[in-house]
Amino acid sequence: MIEAIDITKYYGDFPAVTGLSFSVEQGEILGFLGPNGAGKSTTMKILTGFIPPSSGTAKIAGYDIVEQSLLARRHIGYLPETVPLYEDMGVSDYLSFMGQIRGMSSSQLKKRVSEVVELCRLEEYSNTIIGKLSKGYRQRVGISQAILHEPDVLVLDEPTIGIDPIQVVETRQLIKSLGEEHTLIVSSHILPEVSMICDRVIIIHEGQIVAVDDPSNLGISLSGIERVEIEIKGPNREILPVLEEVDGIQSIERIPVTGGAYHRYHITVDTGRDLRHDLAKAVVANGWELFKLQSLGMSLEEIFLRLTIEEEELPSPPGEAS
Amino acid sequence: MTNLIAITRKEAKAYFSTPSAYIVGAMFLVLTGVFFVFDVSKPYAEAGVRGLSDWASFFIVFLAPLITMKLLAEEQKLGTLELLLTSPVREWEVVLGKYLASLLMLLAIQSVTFYYVFIVYFFGNPDTGPVISAYLGLVLHGAAALAIGMLGSSLSGNQIVSAVVATAILLIFSFINRVSSLVDGAAAEFINALSMNARLSDFSRGVIDLSHVVYFLSIVAIFLFLSIRSLETRRWR
Repeated sequence: MIEAIDITKYYGDFPAVTGLSFSVEQGEILGFLGPNGAGKSTTMKILTGFIPPSSGTAKIAGYDIVEQSLLARRHIGYLPETVPLYEDMGVSDYLSFMGQIRGMSSSQLKKRVSEVVELCRLEEYSNTIIGKLSKGYRQRVGISQAILHEPDVLVLDEPTIGIDPIQVVETRQLIKSLGEEHTLIVSSHILPEVSMICDRVIIIHEGQIVAVDDPSNLGISLSGIERVEIEIKGPNREILPVLEEVDGIQSIERIPVTGGAYHRYHITVDTGRDLRHDLAKAVVANGWELFKLQSLGMSLEEIFLRLTIEEEELPSPPGEAS
Repeated sequence: MTNLIAITRKEAKAYFSTPSAYIVGAMFLVLTGVFFVFDVSKPYAEAGVRGLSDWASFFIVFLAPLITMKLLAEEQKLGTLELLLTSPVREWEVVLGKYLASLLMLLAIQSVTFYYVFIVYFFGNPDTGPVISAYLGLVLHGAAALAIGMLGSSLSGNQIVSAVVATAILLIFSFINRVSSLVDGAAAEFINALSMNARLSDFSRGVIDLSHVVYFLSIVAIFLFLSIRSLETRRWR
């Protein structure tokens, strides 16, 4: 449904995105994750045909976004990051206008505007001037106009930024439900959000894709590093040196425990190695009591930090080849 | 075509439902009204609208950019242009649609001046020909001024900058004939041909010269074309 082919965009000499390629299947929700300035918005602007790529191209519903821009744009619903709206129009007037310029007939419009207003829970505000709405309601109007013409592809740029927590939850639910009928690209710099909403995640940093996977796999495929939590009853001074002796351990962090008769440690181990067996043996050999031994998956947050902050240190980020 | 109508309708509605256009209209009527009174109350005043139309076209130079300044500048500033241009709408539909709305607004403002004409007919016995030609000149000049205003609005996200640029271009087109005496021959003729004022005085005297009509319509076409191009190149910046 969406196919980006080697998209590169320069602003002057500055490369905002370089060599971006990915595709999104029908009915899929793709998360676009990256810190501010990673090139998320630029990619969205290119996909929706607002700015042309410096090289490469994209196809929306089979139409080339550069060559067949008008046809491609018919299949897109777009919510830019800033949620631009005409401040002095009423909500339903605005929606009618947006529907008209997307070629909807007046009978279609009548039906859809009320449907969308209901779906986004704007009923009470359908005649309110947009300039008087709060940020959360403006966001809903923004989403309403994006889905109004029932586009195949929805592009939502940071749809939950700047709205209050209750509305964030509602908005996420709404987005997730939209995924049943539309193909979505949702950008965000909030990790839990992406893992909650999306079927698949692309992590982008400095204009390049650094990882692609589904949110639960992302941990495994990226776990160059694994972590283990261990709880041992015994003298701390003796435990630490023994644990450090175990082959394949990178670092040990002692986690303070309140009221427990045991000590808790978080141990970082080498790539792809499961040292739980060795750790258990070491504990038993010393006559201590083992309370807990558990592998800790890496949270998306940590992966993200690794990828985006320590990216240079990683020899070859997985997923870059795709 | 439906896009064009939708855009024109939306912008026209915005004009008639927000105060800014009414303020511009009121300014126009006050200024033209004052000069109309001066004109008809002087000794041996002529029963006609010549003085009125001369002043009206002078004020249009300053007021037309105020009407058009928000049309594209505001869209750029608010970012709504992004949603407009990612909809299946062509740039020319955006520019032409907005232009037609501004033309409607200007015609509405100008048509209020008919009551001056009514007064002239009530108290005097004017020639109808020059009245019609003067109004044709006013409309054509207004149309050209709005097209120049459109270009100004497309160039910047700042409405003040848009209006100032458009006014500057309009002033050049209005008064460029004043410098034609500095050069001679073909250059002087060329400069005179560019000037709006020389042509406008023909209209207010009752002369409808086809070349004048073509001139103003060409200004409209050229500046709307430049506005469309300016909008297209925004994508590439």
